[in-house]
Amino acid sequence: MELPKLKYGANLSFADKLYNFFATITSVTKFNLEFIKQVFIPPYEISEIKKHMDELGVKTFPIVTITGFIIGLVLALQSQPVLQRFGATDFLPATVALSVIRELGPVITALIFAGRVSSGIGAELGSMRVTEQIDAMEVSGINPFKFLVVTRVIATTMILPLLTIYVIFIALLGGYLAVILIENMTLEYYKNAILFSVQFGDFVPGITKTFVFGYIVGIIGAYKGYSAEGGTEGVGKASTTSVVLASLLILVFNTILVKITLWLWPTI
Amino acid sequence: MADNIVIEINNLSKKFEELVVLDDISIDVKLAENLVVFGRSGQGKSVLLKCVIGLLKPDEGEIFIDGQNVMKMNVKQLNEVRKNIGFLFQSAALYDSMSVRENLAFPLRKIFKMKDDLIQEKVVNTLKLVSLENAIDKMPSELSGGMRKRIGLARSIITDPKIMLYDEPTTGLDPITSQEISELILELQKKLNMTSIVVTHDLICAEIIADRAIFLRDGIIAYEGEISNLTSKDDPFLNKFFNKKIEN
Repeated sequence: MELPKLKYGANLSFADKLYNFFATITSVTKFNLEFIKQVFIPPYEISEIKKHMDELGVKTFPIVTITGFIIGLVLALQSQPVLQRFGATDFLPATVALSVIRELGPVITALIFAGRVSSGIGAELGSMRVTEQIDAMEVSGINPFKFLVVTRVIATTMILPLLTIYVIFIALLGGYLAVILIENMTLEYYKNAILFSVQFGDFVPGITKTFVFGYIVGIIGAYKGYSAEGGTEGVGKASTTSVVLASLLILVFNTILVKITLWLWPTI
Repeated sequence: MADNIVIEINNLSKKFEELVVLDDISIDVKLAENLVVFGRSGQGKSVLLKCVIGLLKPDEGEIFIDGQNVMKMNVKQLNEVRKNIGFLFQSAALYDSMSVRENLAFPLRKIFKMKDDLIQEKVVNTLKLVSLENAIDKMPSELSGGMRKRIGLARSIITDPKIMLYDEPTTGLDPITSQEISELILELQKKLNMTSIVVTHDLICAEIIADRAIFLRDGIIAYEGEISNLTSKDDPFLNKFFNKKIEN
């Protein structure tokens, strides 16, 4: 797969910048199409996918545990005074649960995942590109796109929904800590209030969109790393721009997916 | 095409934007021949190797390997041809995340689908060839420059290629290690009867390895012949190039 070459330099003309803009769109499109093509062609590199799920996903558990717990805790602490104004503190468990399940859990987990994983993939593949390791793989007859890109993107797409479910659970625990600190609620009441207010339909759009976020994290990191140029500076750029672009796309796609969900199922 | 020609390059041209790097180059490399490619930096030596292996696509010309036109091949066909070619990169390009053992085993496992016990045996035997069997469980970051080159060489030859392409095999090494690597390349070439193209700046390396040499300058083959003919030629440019190297 040959990607269009971008133009570099301190004083790029408007035409050069315009060229770079369209070349980038072409590159990203080709990269995505190549992924879709390669994902169905054997070998499927299952062991490599498992390895990346462990490295990229399982090792993210400590950071999302802390973040998830704090989100739940702070959300409950912040919501309690507001609900109290309306005499609705009984709705605190439902407020925390619905906010975390429908929006905060998926988006915050995806953003943390992007920060840790997208930059990691960008830096690793970028480093392999500039030190000719990807070329070495190619000349030995191994498909580097399949081995390096496809396996990582599948791993990120599969692991993020699992991480999100875990974060939701941890955030609800954090919420419970806040509730027992500020309100006289038992665990039983807290649990029943959540189960009463949350429906299965609340989970579906939230978890479904994390597959898209996982794909974005993987494909952007891989694209930036795989197309890195210009030595160590290029690796640094690949790493940084991976996080920025992946985070931005997560937020943009979140808006689009929420809108689509509400359009398809207005009562959800 | 003569029967004993393994690599045939016809009218090869390659440019990057407006910069012409290779301009209508034609080269034949015979079976078991070591061809050395000289040239100043940026004269297209590495580009030539990358065109041969299919990492870069030439703008014009044809490349035949064992009589097959690699320019007309799809990726699958090209990968079949690549099974018979070894490539030693300038930086050795060892996979950082894998140990020496895994680096060597990787192509055997992925391409040749060999069984684990056979792979282990072959890895140990190949490391013995480059005298680094003790480094089998080291990571690339624990290796010196010379060791990296040797391991890179071992990884290139582990698949028993018929053709070897060396991109500056001795660059960045001290003169003694450089000579050792050059002698090792020659020894392996004789032992495995390989055809080689060696890109280098290093005259000592070339003198040890080369059966024939070409000199690239301004995108064309400016000089061609045996090393002794090139070094003894009364040409101001060649004198400057080789004398400087010898003084260094």
